[in-house]
Amino acid sequence: MATTTPTVGTTKPVSGLREFWFYFSVNRGAVIGLTVFTILLFVAIFAPLIAPHLPDAQYRDALLKPPIWDANSDPRFILGTDPVGRDILSRLIHGARYSLFIGFFVVIGALVVGVLLGVLAGYFRGWVDALIMRIMDIILAFPPLLLALVLVAILGPGLFNAMIAIALVLQPHFARLVRAAVMAEKNREYVTAAKLSGAGHFRLMLITILPNCLGPLIVQATLSFSNAILEAAALGFLGMGAQPPTPEWGTMLASAREFILKAPWVVTFPGLAILITVLAINLIGDGLRDALDPKLKRS
Amino acid sequence: MQADNGRLKDQPKQETGLSQLAAQRWAGTPRARPNMLNYILRRVALLVPTIIGISICAFAFVRVLPGDPILAMAGQHGVTPERYEILREQFGYNLPIWQQYFNYLWSVMQGDFGISLATKRPVLTEFMTLFPATIELALSAMFLAVIIGIPAGIFAAVKRGSWFDQFTMGVALTGYSMPIFWWGLLLIIFFSGYLGWTPVSGRIALTFFLRPITGFMLIDTLLYGNWPAFVSALRHLILPAIVLGTIPLAVIARQTRSAMLEVLGEDYVRTAKAKGMSPNRVVNVHALRNALIPVVTTIGLQVGLLLGGAILTETIFTWPGIGKWMIDSISKRDYVVVQSGLLIIALIVMAVNLIVDLLYALINPRIRVQ
Amino acid sequence: MKLMKTLLAATAMVALAAGAAQAKQLVYCSEASPAHFDPGPLTGGNDFDASSHTIYNRLVDFKPGTTEVVPALAESWEISEDGKVYTFKLRPGVKFHTQPYFTPTRDLTADDVVFSFMRQMDEESPWFNYLEGMTWDYFQGMDMPKYIESIEAVDDLTVKLTLTEPNAPMLANLAMDFAAIVSKEYADQLEASGDLAAFSTQPVGTGPFQFVDYQLDTVIRYAAFPDYWEGKQPIDDLIFAITTDASVRAQRLLAGECDIMPYPAPADLETLQADEKLTVQEGEGLNIGYLAYNTTEAPFDNPDVRKALTMAIDKQAIIDAVYQGAGQDAKNLIPPTMWSYDEATAADVYDPEKAKEMLEAAGVTNLTTDLWAIPVSRPYNPNGQRMAELIQSDWAKVGVTANIVTYEWTEYRERGKQADRKGPFMIGWTGDNGDPDNFFATLFSCSAIGVSNYSSWCNDDFEAAIQAAKTTSDQEERIKLYTTAQEVFKAEEPALTIAHSKVFMPMNKRVLNYTLSPLGTHSFKYVDVAE
Repeated sequence: MATTTPTVGTTKPVSGLREFWFYFSVNRGAVIGLTVFTILLFVAIFAPLIAPHLPDAQYRDALLKPPIWDANSDPRFILGTDPVGRDILSRLIHGARYSLFIGFFVVIGALVVGVLLGVLAGYFRGWVDALIMRIMDIILAFPPLLLALVLVAILGPGLFNAMIAIALVLQPHFARLVRAAVMAEKNREYVTAAKLSGAGHFRLMLITILPNCLGPLIVQATLSFSNAILEAAALGFLGMGAQPPTPEWGTMLASAREFILKAPWVVTFPGLAILITVLAINLIGDGLRDALDPKLKRS
Repeated sequence: MQADNGRLKDQPKQETGLSQLAAQRWAGTPRARPNMLNYILRRVALLVPTIIGISICAFAFVRVLPGDPILAMAGQHGVTPERYEILREQFGYNLPIWQQYFNYLWSVMQGDFGISLATKRPVLTEFMTLFPATIELALSAMFLAVIIGIPAGIFAAVKRGSWFDQFTMGVALTGYSMPIFWWGLLLIIFFSGYLGWTPVSGRIALTFFLRPITGFMLIDTLLYGNWPAFVSALRHLILPAIVLGTIPLAVIARQTRSAMLEVLGEDYVRTAKAKGMSPNRVVNVHALRNALIPVVTTIGLQVGLLLGGAILTETIFTWPGIGKWMIDSISKRDYVVVQSGLLIIALIVMAVNLIVDLLYALINPRIRVQ
Repeated sequence: MKLMKTLLAATAMVALAAGAAQAKQLVYCSEASPAHFDPGPLTGGNDFDASSHTIYNRLVDFKPGTTEVVPALAESWEISEDGKVYTFKLRPGVKFHTQPYFTPTRDLTADDVVFSFMRQMDEESPWFNYLEGMTWDYFQGMDMPKYIESIEAVDDLTVKLTLTEPNAPMLANLAMDFAAIVSKEYADQLEASGDLAAFSTQPVGTGPFQFVDYQLDTVIRYAAFPDYWEGKQPIDDLIFAITTDASVRAQRLLAGECDIMPYPAPADLETLQADEKLTVQEGEGLNIGYLAYNTTEAPFDNPDVRKALTMAIDKQAIIDAVYQGAGQDAKNLIPPTMWSYDEATAADVYDPEKAKEMLEAAGVTNLTTDLWAIPVSRPYNPNGQRMAELIQSDWAKVGVTANIVTYEWTEYRERGKQADRKGPFMIGWTGDNGDPDNFFATLFSCSAIGVSNYSSWCNDDFEAAIQAAKTTSDQEERIKLYTTAQEVFKAEEPALTIAHSKVFMPMNKRVLNYTLSPLGTHSFKYVDVAE
């Protein structure tokens, strides 16, 4: 049985943060990504303090005002206002909370479920493995966005349901990764040693084997993080994600789509926010991979 | 399973960490098997439970969708309770759930995927009418992605660290991070709205009236020998293809680069270099061919993702393909279309993945390992 | 071989297209794909535009731009003294379309008319059920089975319709799309060949345009019918380019890819109006968007509470932000273009202070309620979510907390109908036939509770007025009765009437003689294009 993750076998436990940071910081893009991400995180946490207005305060005297550099702008609204007179900048700032929250929640959900299933399948093999892997095959046979759409249609449109759907769609990747890693690690000496010294299944699975697959898992989690944000935005765009007036970026984009000709800024900024966030996370992901994957370090 | 994966040092590696992770975003990863025939049989046998599972899922999803198929068919006046009962019976919604499932499975096996609630046409007929549009779009997107992505990846790898490498990889990562629905809107605003270079939507200008032969607009227009129509079809295709091709392009460029880098670092390439072979020859003869194997695999594995991307692209460009058909049917609550559409699409994704896996097992020199 | 044939046919087609380069062509960017082309069982406005207004005619029709009933396939008619027997004289020499799949051997006769209705009511007819799971929604919805006792052919050109009881709106009903007259001869031919379903995909009618081709979800093509009984249309080819997204339609119109489009997004209007190639026709819509209070739920069972809540809402803000100016404040349930509209009704005033006082006087403090937001965009309510957000914020100012809830569209209506529904419910109505009965009785009669009376409101005075108006054919009397109904409605406020949306039809300046229909239909009869 060929493993789906040939790199796993050679991954050694990270021998210290210092080494990790050395390799990570070599990658200029990763550092930029980390900086942007830190700023986003800061903005998200302190959104109420930073945002010039409340995200759902409606200024009915200022509908669809253009950004500050336009002649018709209103100095109160730096990036302009939306169709019901809400400040776009404030909504984007609060939207950062949603996007990051979606990312974290989905990754944690997908990670927990995926790791659990993957460990079970890889450790016990036999019918447990067959059953779990066939279910993963079924999930993977549907295009992810289509499956998420149908799941959201079933659960009802909304942010929370969208997150559940996306987590479900993303978790097979974790499961496959972990299963392959567990199968690779299972017969190695240190595991046999632990087994001989009387470690139980649970201990073997979670405490002995799992930490050794950490590297690829972290990289996969980063990828899933950005994927989750993109998919949530796509669902929002199709009207199946967060529901207005939630200032989620994809939803903002969707509810502003009719203004594409008249007020392009209501469409432009939320999309830009999504792109910047996802790009920052992917840059970090590349850096993490370089730092955690010893094989690429060589090349 | 050996700890070291039994990797032979003088063979190209199956995949790099990078390419492999990229591939995972799209679908499963390929595997190699010792005995080809045995492998094929096992692969196909494994499909049977998966297919049954998929049909159960497609069936079950639609049963638990909120809303009522019969009310969905009725207009603003609704239907009378008596009529409602008659229709329930007609559609078999009054039967026990397992019986409904077996009835469904039975008719699917006979090639009957049901009748659309909205249009009263067979779902399969609708699918076959719309599928070529999606295929045409997807193939064009892949074509763009491949002819730009592979050379870009190769040059970036060969000129590693240069400004070209950094620029290309920066662009690729941006493309990879792109919310494509937004990207599509931007392109429409700029190229169709502001510059007026490309049409806004549709597959061909309405002045051309060509009855479909193959359903592929580019091929049909050529079969008719209608050059202006061909140009029109091409102009309509270009923006949607760019939008749908953006992410595959980014993935292919990145993967080509890292696969090349990996191969260029291999002993046999170093040996060739040491023997005094010209750098171009090293790249062309040794590195390229081996580096492209994982790339080709990735290309094949992107079908599921392309279909997902097609939903967004077709929605933005009013492209009459199956992506738009599915999302319209979900919002119209055309239960039969959603159910059978899911099933057909999943079967296609599976079939393509199977073919890719088999091809991979065929061409991959590592096949006899283990 | 088959390919060869197709190629030959195609070449011929191209040659034809080239030869007809001078043909006048009109491209209409339509908003949705038609389900099929038999208007009888269909319900969508887009379905009717693609079938009933192009391919078919009815016995009587609405005069373009009005809701007045005028002769069409019936040249004249008589109504008996007791209002129960209608005798229609058919127009002689009306031709059906000749198609590759059907060649008519005779003109329109009374048999066709009888068949057109019998197929919708005779459960024994193979045509009653000729498509899987079909329903005759409008025929049922307009209560035709209840009112029609019989319909028979007296002679070739005379049809007699007998009713069970007098019904004032009947003539207007017969001008509706579901009452399209189809060819019995064609039906017989299909029945003989066993391919009944073709009736819906390969249509044959008497209308101004004949069907040429439909490419699923893409384009429908029609050609002017040379033997049309009113004479051939000025344009030669009519093309429906199906474009579901409103902003894409606007872009196509601006790019010259189509000549005319319906339902522009309010946001695009300014751009479209500013473009010098285009004109935008504007008219009153025959619709109402309203917020139905559940009059059986405390505290909404108190008319004072309902009025106070209405008073707390800034309707002008809704009209600006949701309708983007493309709506008009609704003070009555029926739109002002409809006869019997009560001008005397006072418009709702926005007065949060007084609303707060009234709520306190009624003993309502700290009210928390659900607020139902319509999940789809409708002409009468383009954006339910946005409207809900505005109402939510207005109500917050008078101490009412509203939680916005919404469901999938069929589910939404199902839940909304329940008598124990909690909270005010956003809904609306688009008129079918221009008769006030179609608004008052359909939406607020006692018998409509649990069907389309979303307020569960049953008021004796109101009910008496609208029932009397239904059976009277004296127009003056009916106006008086409906005025009473509107007064009662306003005094009781079972629902907050929000707005009537305006209808806009942006088109290229080369499109001539297009008339907006108040019924929201799009007909290209009589339309011409400048060279």
